[in-house]
Amino acid sequence: MLLTKEQALARSAHSVGGPNETFVLNLGPQHPATHGVLRVKLTMDGEFIQRAEPVCGYIHRMHEKMGENRTCAQFLPNTSRLDYLSAMQYTHAWCGIVEKACKIEVPERAEYIRVITSELNRIASHLVGWGAWVMDLGGFTPILYAFDDREKILDLMEHICGARLTFCYYRFGGVVNDVDEHFLNGAREFVPYMRERMRMYKKLVTENIILRKRIEGIGIITPDQCRRYGACGPVLRGSGINYDVRRAEPYSIYNRFDYEIPVYHECDSMARYLVRMDEIEQSLRIVEQALATIPEGPFVNPKVPKVLKVPAGDYTFATEAGRGRFMVRLVSDGSDTPYRVKLRTPCLANLSLFEETSAGMLLPDALAHMGSLDLVIPDIDR
Amino acid sequence: MSAVIEFLGQEPYWSFVRLALFLGGVAAFVGLNAAYLVWVERKTAAYVQRRPGPMEVGPQGLIQPIADAVKLLSKQVLVPPGVDGVLFRIAPVLIMTPAMMCFVALPYGSALVPADIDLGLLALFAFASINVMALMLGAWSSRNKFAIISAARVVSQNIAYEIPMLLTIVTIVLMSGSLNLSEIVGKQSGWFWNWNIFQLHHNPLVWLSFLTFYICMLAETNRAPFDMAESESELVAGAFTEYAGMSFGVFFMAEYANIVVGCSLATVLFFGGWNIGLGPLLGSAPAWVGALVGLAAFFAKLYALIFTVIWIRWTFPRTQFYGLLNLSWKILIPVALVTLWLTSFLLKVI
Amino acid sequence: MKKSFKEIVGGAVSLVTGMRITLDQFLKNFRKDHNVPYPHATLPIPDRYRGHIIFTNDEAGQSTCIACKSCEKSCPSDCIVVEGEKKEGAKKKSATIFELDFTKCSLCGSCVEVCPTDALMFSKRYNLASTSKAVYSKIDLIKDLETRMAKQGLRQPAPAQTAPIQPAPVQPTEPQQIPQETPQQ
Repeated sequence: MLLTKEQALARSAHSVGGPNETFVLNLGPQHPATHGVLRVKLTMDGEFIQRAEPVCGYIHRMHEKMGENRTCAQFLPNTSRLDYLSAMQYTHAWCGIVEKACKIEVPERAEYIRVITSELNRIASHLVGWGAWVMDLGGFTPILYAFDDREKILDLMEHICGARLTFCYYRFGGVVNDVDEHFLNGAREFVPYMRERMRMYKKLVTENIILRKRIEGIGIITPDQCRRYGACGPVLRGSGINYDVRRAEPYSIYNRFDYEIPVYHECDSMARYLVRMDEIEQSLRIVEQALATIPEGPFVNPKVPKVLKVPAGDYTFATEAGRGRFMVRLVSDGSDTPYRVKLRTPCLANLSLFEETSAGMLLPDALAHMGSLDLVIPDIDR
Repeated sequence: MSAVIEFLGQEPYWSFVRLALFLGGVAAFVGLNAAYLVWVERKTAAYVQRRPGPMEVGPQGLIQPIADAVKLLSKQVLVPPGVDGVLFRIAPVLIMTPAMMCFVALPYGSALVPADIDLGLLALFAFASINVMALMLGAWSSRNKFAIISAARVVSQNIAYEIPMLLTIVTIVLMSGSLNLSEIVGKQSGWFWNWNIFQLHHNPLVWLSFLTFYICMLAETNRAPFDMAESESELVAGAFTEYAGMSFGVFFMAEYANIVVGCSLATVLFFGGWNIGLGPLLGSAPAWVGALVGLAAFFAKLYALIFTVIWIRWTFPRTQFYGLLNLSWKILIPVALVTLWLTSFLLKVI
Repeated sequence: MKKSFKEIVGGAVSLVTGMRITLDQFLKNFRKDHNVPYPHATLPIPDRYRGHIIFTNDEAGQSTCIACKSCEKSCPSDCIVVEGEKKEGAKKKSATIFELDFTKCSLCGSCVEVCPTDALMFSKRYNLASTSKAVYSKIDLIKDLETRMAKQGLRQPAPAQTAPIQPAPVQPTEPQQIPQETPQQ
């Protein structure tokens, strides 16, 4: 179809041209790199991003409203579906807040089981975040190795609670099933296996010059930006701020174990990458120590009332999930359903600084930067 | 029947028959390679990633490429509204033709070269430069922002990597004294230390030359880690976003044809082509045995290099394109220039 | 200058190390495939696997459900519909209707845990596919129990003529041909 001169001129008048013209590129909601339904409206000047506007809400499922319509026990499955990669830690927060409000004691063995399963969940979550990020950068192999390791963790979880992703394993006052020797031995074998794999990943990915050139110096997030946006988790610790809920607001029995909080001061994507890799190692240390000292005993408090009425009041509880500080706020009016459930999720805070930090970046760099924030979109939209 | 053969054996007609046979052979070779290199790639990727790969369609998935070809052929060739009609339709043709034309000068055996061109190497590079234009035209005519971004990247990448490649080629030409590919292979006959890659007395940095050539070949064919043009996770499908059905299939085939051309060239220039390097051990065998053995040797070297190309793709992440350009302009070009200087110095002095 | 040279050499070494690792994995997987070729072979399902709920049975092959509706009340997704009545000569109520809407179920396990008579358990069914939604939006647990008990040759429940389902056989020795509409194992 050949154009006449008038048609060609009319067409070029509409086209992208001139020195100061920008165009809008829509990244998502269906896009391989945004890991969920996140839409980012990029105003681009050539390959440079002038403004990145994240538009979330495509997977808003009204969990906070559901909290008002359900009893506390009925809300447990919802907690697994917020950040589905850190399901155990989110359920821990909900159980923690109700136990704190109703003054329910958790037996020792149950606390140990919770710590072991939460830390294994953290390892699985970091493996997915790492694998998916390297896949965004073009390396399609490490994600499959990560999923291979994750299979071992999920097989253990499936053995004890029957589910592989949305666990719903904790109950108020303990856990729903006891763990048996198969699980404990499997976890004991997993720790040295994972350490060996981490050595391989270090050689294959972390020290790879191509990856280093892609993420070193990219996506600087200053500590001041972190404070203004309320960033948390590895994003915060990669900018030099030593804040981990397990140390700052201790819960469960984390203060019995000897582990470090990895902090890096370079503020770039490589720092966040190394924080996550080191956190896997520290989680392995916690699991190892917990497995060595897990006591016998009941796995759930038998005196938890069937119909739980939370005393009237305003309660908060925070846990360190894979992506940062997950806090629940429960406002109760004394009836069996809460008056208000507020879920403060880490990914929304982490995403909100993307707009400021990505201004002026090249598109591939911005995507590498977004991968370093390790976003799970259902966590943003709840 | 024998009268027809005798008639065709006469000179003007025989060249045409020979040409037709070679064209058919080249088309068949390219087609088969494109189809089954996809299978090799999928199986290699699978085994690297701890999974079995295609297994269902035929034993070990060997019929999978045929199933894919049938699928691509049966799809509608969509031409989206608003694209530039002529350019959109021409781009697949423009990318496949040079890839196939490069085979005209490549010698697969002492008698297995379609046209023994004296400037064979130059002809090959002239053809190879057209594929950049084809990609750019295809992307530009697609009226798709992702495609246009990828076209801009492809052009800058390919221009940057042509230069070190040509400098390395000039080094080899200086060592061999000819632009005729058959002659270059002929100079490497005999024992395996006659191969250019072992000719350290003419060029002590010949291994570095080979590495430079290999990296440039990866960049020219848009293979990982230099596949910015089609970086799947960022730009959907890059330059090919709007192509569907067989036109996409042609782009795909052209990529594999380019890989075969590049690796064949590396074999010819550095590894002695169809020489098996065992000197006069097979001198007494009849000619067709020698040709067959030479062909087998060529294929062994060729497919080892192609396997390495595939192996590299599934190991490394993608470079950022300013890193890519830095690699070319700041590292490979100085290395190639130093190698060239050293070779010419040694050839003049020694 | 020296730094960039060291970086180039170090970088090249890291690339070669990476390639050695993938080649190592390639050869390892080429020799032996560690994957289970599903669907030609399947993995064993763990004991605690959570499929959709089904009835447990006592020695007589009957459900222990007393239609107390605790499961219906405790379900967060309102998937369960239970109706029951006290039969002639029975000590407790039994269920006449027990339907699960699996399209809404989140497999939380509240119903299994809260049941006072342990009448519910998780099945191991994971191969669920059908062409109509009704197969999973109205899973009839009573009919499903009868089908399973018939397959095992146990006695069928006592005649429950008020039930709107297929009438139970009067000859317990012959397995009843109940139409296979429930999801298959």
